[in-house]
This record gives sequence, structure tokens and C-alpha cells, in this order.
Amino acid sequence: MTARTASPSVAKAPREERYTFDNERVLGPLMLAPAIIYIVALVGFPLVLAVLYAFSTATAGDPRIDSWDDFVGLRNFRAVLNDGVFTKALRNTIFFTLASQAIVIVLANILSQIMLADFPGKKIFRFLVMLPWTTPIALSVLGWFWIFDSVYSPIDWLMRQMNLLGPGTMFGPARNMYWLGETELAQGAVLMIHVWRTLPLATVILLGGLTSIPNDINEAADIDGAGFWRKLFYIRLPLLLPIMAIAMLFSMIFTFTDLTVSLVLTRGGPVNDTQVLSSWAYFKGIQGGNLSQGAAVALFMLPVLIAIAIGMLRLARRGAND
Amino acid sequence: MAIVEVRNLVKQFSDEVTAVDNINIRTADGEFLVLLGPSGCGKSTLLRMLGGLEQPTSGDILIGDRVVTHLPPRARQIAMVFQSYALYPHMTVRNNIAFPLKAAKLTKEEQEKKIQWASSILGIDHLLKRKPGQLSGGQRQRVALARALVREPNVFLLDEPLSNLDAQMRASARDEIQMFQSQIGTTTIYVTHDQVEAMGMGHRIAVLNHGRIQQIGTPREIYETPANTFVATFVGSPPMNLVPHGNTLIGFRPENLKPVQGDVDIDNYLELRQDSIREEYLGSEKLVYGEINGIKAVARLAANHEVSHPEGSSARVMVHRRDIRVFDKESGEAIQQEPPRIITSSEPAAPSVPGFTPSPEQVVS
Repeated sequence: MTARTASPSVAKAPREERYTFDNERVLGPLMLAPAIIYIVALVGFPLVLAVLYAFSTATAGDPRIDSWDDFVGLRNFRAVLNDGVFTKALRNTIFFTLASQAIVIVLANILSQIMLADFPGKKIFRFLVMLPWTTPIALSVLGWFWIFDSVYSPIDWLMRQMNLLGPGTMFGPARNMYWLGETELAQGAVLMIHVWRTLPLATVILLGGLTSIPNDINEAADIDGAGFWRKLFYIRLPLLLPIMAIAMLFSMIFTFTDLTVSLVLTRGGPVNDTQVLSSWAYFKGIQGGNLSQGAAVALFMLPVLIAIAIGMLRLARRGAND
Repeated sequence: MAIVEVRNLVKQFSDEVTAVDNINIRTADGEFLVLLGPSGCGKSTLLRMLGGLEQPTSGDILIGDRVVTHLPPRARQIAMVFQSYALYPHMTVRNNIAFPLKAAKLTKEEQEKKIQWASSILGIDHLLKRKPGQLSGGQRQRVALARALVREPNVFLLDEPLSNLDAQMRASARDEIQMFQSQIGTTTIYVTHDQVEAMGMGHRIAVLNHGRIQQIGTPREIYETPANTFVATFVGSPPMNLVPHGNTLIGFRPENLKPVQGDVDIDNYLELRQDSIREEYLGSEKLVYGEINGIKAVARLAANHEVSHPEGSSARVMVHRRDIRVFDKESGEAIQQEPPRIITSSEPAAPSVPGFTPSPEQVVS
């Protein structure tokens, strides 16, 4: 009885797959397609191409790989490793990355603590802190290029006004510092720009982390008798650690792969003292036309980037599990 | 152990918003004082000012006869348990409890001794190695209490510590906190919006509304002789019935409204009529909803009370005159006035209103 009355109503119920887009087998792949196309075309394809080039004889004049004879095994890697510039570029890349991270993490912590507090002009302060991040990097490096100009540098002018530069002064007798012409000064300049550029992002990430610490926790620490430093080192920083790691990994990737600063500011000079892997790969592969060696140089960055990416994914997963 | 005193305390968040409006309180030593009020009444702000987390706009706070108004929290020797418990999530239970001791720079042995002492009182010895994320709500609450207790503070401040527990846990936690407090004997100020907690736990209750103290008294005083209609209707569930009479309001508790069986002793009882009756069965008791003089009024009877009314009917009910409270209709303040002998509706058509049936013997007082 019940079965008989129930069955017609079941038959009348709208079928789930009446429309094409109701079918998950159609809709699922369709929704995924843009992401997959994007990754394959703009990440996967260039990566495969770079690997192929790195093992081949391809040049800018003859980029074709059409026979097995075009593959030369590890020859490109050997050539790159034997080039004295490689060691310099690798050392500079690691130095700029680690040194800028160390400075950024300290400054970002200080800045985010400041930005957490209420003070007049906070909005303007926040805007100014964010500014370096929002400026296109090539443009801002051009600005720095002018600031470090060998003759018209405003820093030099300021130092001359303060009697720090010029004949008979502390940094004299020259009337200019030649910021980008001296090894240490040029490296310092590049390092400084990296810090200047990645600081806003790290600060904002840390600020987000700080504001996500419940106010109760801070107040409980106040009540428990903790002063500023105890609160900072025992409560805030430990709670901030996971977020800090994410900020670090982000800015490490930005700094490690950065091409623009060395390319626009110093062109790797003086004498390759600010050359980094990415700029050297560019000079070799694109400007020098030696695609295969350029690709080989670029591939040396891959293991480090993979390691950082794995670290990020681990952190993200741990965050999701908590 | 200390007496907490608050003098003319005011907290304004802006020109329009006055959270705490000229409050004066003085606790006894070792007292369990409950601040009770609806959300936004200023009870939490008051507690936070006692803790030093909020600066008062004016007025003074004294703890142990010492003015602490402008001292930071750590200089006040107080402990606070937050609604969220605010345990440090990255620390083990042991380190959570040890944190205030480390801040006070106690030696390792002293720390260990106090941790053992506090955790055994609260029965959390076996949890010391865990992190807050691995604890249940009730366990977290005990850890928070242990962290507060371990410093042997002058005053405990508790901010709705039970609101994150489920109903069953809450009943047992209420009992535990009360026992814990009487065992420790530390002056405790407890904020809640739950009248059951307030009635069951407090030595005294301060009822707050709109940043002002409406009444301070023992739970019995608050319940039986509310100072105004706010207290009368905020405390008690269902709230006190308020029936208008002239320019007063006649108040009586639902459990004091009884069905009339036989004759009414009019020297001691006031007779009324309840219309549009609807009964609600609640297991141990039943609530009889209805209207008296057109105003909603509820009676609370034992569920097995023999009198039962069909829905929508009318019935004679009565209240003992000693259970009647009289309030001013305008201000809502309680007034010392003999309750009326009879109640007539304030409307001109009084006699025809089926609110009550005058009998020839009855005289308007």
C-alpha cells in the first residue's frame, strides 16, 4: 500500500541530472579548467622548456630543439659552474636573501607592534609603510637609482651639507660616495632596497597575526603581572611564530627570485659584485643569447624554491589542522 | 584577602555612551559579590576597571583600603578569569599556571610547590602536561581558575566564567566555584547575566542596569523585596507580575498567585480574576498564563496541582497580602504602602471589567 503510493511520486521527482551543469562530471572539470590551463600554460610549459633548454645547445639565434644531437647532457651546467661569476652570483643571492630576511623580521616585528598601538596620524603612517609595496618595483628602483646617482645623489648632497663629505671631512676628500661603484656600498644599496621593499608585506602579515591574538590573552598576561618584554617574548612572539614563518617564506621567495633590483640599479656591477642568479641568467640567456646556459643558471634556483614551497605547504597544513 | 571599594565610579566611552554611571560599592572581606545585569549594563566594564584593564573617567577604586585607581593591573594583586578563559594556547597547563609566578620572579621550587597546591585543589594534576587545545571546556575553566589562584591574589575577578559551558557542566561548575571560593576565602567579584548563577552563588548581588546600581542585597532581599520594577522583572523566571492599580503597580511573584478554592480570607488575601488562561506543563511545575485586568500575569503551580482550567477560561485567583509589593507607576521605585484591599481597573468602566468581582463586604482602603 505504502509502496504503491510512494513509487509514482518518486518517478515524478525532478531528475538530478536534468541540466548539463547539474552534472558534476561536467561542472567539476569546467570549474577547474581555468586554474589548470593557467598553471600548465604559464608555469608548467616554461618550466619544461627551461629544463629542455638547460640540457641542449639552444641559443637565441637557434632556439629549436629538433634532434637528439641538440642535447648535450650536463655540459651547460659544467660550463656555468666553472664560470667564476656563478660562485659570486650564488653567494650574493644567498647573502641578499638571508641578510634582508634577518633585518626584515626584526623591523617588521617592531613596526607591527607600533602599528598595533593607537596614535595620532596612524592612518598616514600605515599608508607610508605600505607605499613601497604598492609601487611597481621597476619604478621604485629607478627612484633609488637617482638617489644613488654617482654625481647628483641627494644623499651625497645631504652629507656635504652636514660636512661629512668633501675635502677635509670624515668621508672625504671625494665630493661623492659613488654608491653603486664600490663593492660594499653597492651590495649595501641592493640589500637596503630589498629590505625596503619586502618590509611592508612582512609587517602587514605580522600585524594580521598580532590582531588575531585574542585581546583576552594580552589582558590575561597584564593581569598575571607580565610587563611589556615578558608579554612580547613569552606571549606575542611565540603566538606569532607560525605567521612569522609564513611571512619569512613569502619574502624569501620574493628576494631570492628578484631580478629587477640588480638589473635596473647596478646591472650586476661593480664587476658582478651584486650579480644574483636571476640577473645572471637574464644577462646570459636573454642579453647574451645563450639560452641553454641561462636556463641552466635559472635551474639552480629550483631546489631552493621547492624546499621553500614545501615548507609553506607544511605550515599551511599545520595551520589548517589546529 | 581584601575589601574592594568603589567610590563614585564613572566610565564614559564617549559623550553619549556612559557605561558606568556613578557607582558606589563596598564588599565585605571574603565576600562573594555578584554583579548581575543584562548585556550592556556596564557590569563587565566595572569589572575591567577593578582589574585595571580599563581606566575610569572619574571616581576611585580601593583594594584593601589602598587607592589603586591609576595603578596598572600587575600592581593590584588581583586575579581574573575571563569568559574565554584566555589560556595561553602555546603553553602547557603547567606553564600556564606558572606564568604569573614567573612574572613575580619566584624560585623554581616555590613555583613547583604552588603549582602542585593549586592543581590539586582544582583536581587537574593529571593535565599539567597537556596544552589548552587538548582540554574540555570544564577542564579549561579549572586551569583558568588554577592560574588565578596560584598567585594568592587579594581579589578574584570572574567574568562570566560559566557561559562557555553546556547546561549540565554549568550546574556542577557553579557548585565547584562556590565551594572553591568558600575554601579559599578570597573576596570574589563575579559578573554574570544569568540570575540562576547570581542567586545560587552570591553572598550579595548587585543588580545593574544602564550603568547604575539598581539594588544591592542578599539573593533573598533581591528576590523578595526588589527595589524597583527593573529588579522585580529581571530577577525571577517568569518575572514578577505587575498589575496597574491607580498610580501604582501591584507586584507579586508567580508562585504566590494561587487558585481560589472555596472562600477567600479577604483580611489576608487579595482576590483577582485571571482571564484567557493557558497552561504550560513543565514537568515539576506548570505555568498558568493569563490576563489580570488586561495585563499579562503568570501563576506557577506544582504540576500535580489538582486545579486545572480549560484553555481560554477564566478563574478566581488570590495573592497573600504579605507577598504583594507596591511600586510607583512613574518611577518604578518600590514604595512603602499597604497593598490595596481590592484592585479595580483604572479605566472608568471599572465595575464592568471582569478583573475582579466586588463582594458587598469589601471596602476600598
